[in-house]
Amino acid sequence: MTSSSILGKDLTGLEHMTPEQIRHILDTAEPFKEVSERPIKKVPALRGKTIVNLFFEASTRTRISFEFAEKRLSADTVNVAATGSSVSKGETLVDTARNLEAMRIDMVVIRHPSSGAAEFLGNRIASNVINAGDGKHEHPTQALLDLLTIRDKHGKIEGLKVCLVGDVLHSRVARSNLWGLTKLGAEVAVCGPWTLMPRGIEELGVKVFGRIEEAIEWADVLNVLRLQLERMEKGFIPSLREYYRVFGVTPERLERSRRAITIMHPGPMNRGVEIDSRVADGPHSVILDQVTNGVAVRMAVLYLLAGGRADLADAAKRGGASE
Amino acid sequence: MSRALQRMAVEILELAHGTDDLVLIGIQRRGVELAERIAKLIEREEGAAVPRGALDITLYRDDLGTVGPKPVIGETHLPGDLTGKHAVIVDDVLYTGRTVRAALDELADFGRPKRISLCVLVDRGGRELPIQADIVGKAVKTTADDRVEVLVEELDGRDQVDVVR
Repeated sequence: MTSSSILGKDLTGLEHMTPEQIRHILDTAEPFKEVSERPIKKVPALRGKTIVNLFFEASTRTRISFEFAEKRLSADTVNVAATGSSVSKGETLVDTARNLEAMRIDMVVIRHPSSGAAEFLGNRIASNVINAGDGKHEHPTQALLDLLTIRDKHGKIEGLKVCLVGDVLHSRVARSNLWGLTKLGAEVAVCGPWTLMPRGIEELGVKVFGRIEEAIEWADVLNVLRLQLERMEKGFIPSLREYYRVFGVTPERLERSRRAITIMHPGPMNRGVEIDSRVADGPHSVILDQVTNGVAVRMAVLYLLAGGRADLADAAKRGGASE
Repeated sequence: MSRALQRMAVEILELAHGTDDLVLIGIQRRGVELAERIAKLIEREEGAAVPRGALDITLYRDDLGTVGPKPVIGETHLPGDLTGKHAVIVDDVLYTGRTVRAALDELADFGRPKRISLCVLVDRGGRELPIQADIVGKAVKTTADDRVEVLVEELDGRDQVDVVR
């Protein structure tokens, strides 16, 4: 079960990845886009691999995207949701995973409300573990699909100005994006209410804008984060209407920029709160491209983690360039 | 090499009885360049367009473990549905036959060609599967320790075939 994949055994976050590893995932995702355009949207690359999607938090897009990615690679998949499983009977995470491993699985995709859950699990089971979002920590495949979408649209990432707008403090999407973007040489900024900005973020070389107008003036790309509605109840923002009025990304605000700003959103959107419908559906929105790229990126990650034993690869190479 | 390609182009025309329904499919990477060159030779000879495609078989290999820690997957694109076509697979070196086996599986996912033929620049022997080429540029006797390197102008700056012992 050990692997000498370029990615190692698990994908838990972008923080400790090298730019080379990140670029290799993006490059590998390119040919996988084409697989989803075929008349038969399936390749046998992961035939015989068993993958468990272990979701301790609600998710539609990410879970379905992983499931499509797995099925288009011919893996066998099982979905486990926290409700209606032994988890709701009080079983611990490790016990759940060990029981699954006892049934001879190969990979676990995990979404969990606790930061660090994916790494914790990866250190305790032999299967490959992929983080599909852990608490406020990271959501690496989301950031990878964001990077791929930016690269598709602009032809590069290095030197681009990317601003994350909204609830950066609580956002694992923002955290993974920050790591990925800075590693690939983008200039990164954040913009939102002070209550939702992490303290000391400037020390990471990240610009902070208190006004959305300044961010729009500066950016090539706006990645508009979802405002989680429970933030209002906890007093981080006064009201949703106020938030829209001060930080909402609207066509009127975008018009003031001289450049065409690429608009991204990880979903699900609150139309009329963090983003205006006319922007979300506008010509510079790549929000649905992000969703399409999500499947390709996840196929690449699954494929790279599952494959690759250097000794056999060398043996194959000795046999000649082609067989 | 150019003489071998010229001869292969003529043999493909004979095998396919002309260019009707003919599709050349190169296997990534050097097979794609070779297919492109053969297609141009046929087009010059016949004055008819020859559709071509490229196939990367990495995702159809029978052993995921041999793809290496940092696999590079090339582009796959085919000129439309292959149903009813005569598809000629073009590759640089025929060795164990496993690449061709994978290519046959992959092609089946793009339609049902009326015939599939195999055309290789170098047949180095050493088959592990019951697969033979219809058209061979040059047959070379090799052992398992030898390496056959095909260089093509488009990718490597020159045309050359080396057997490294």
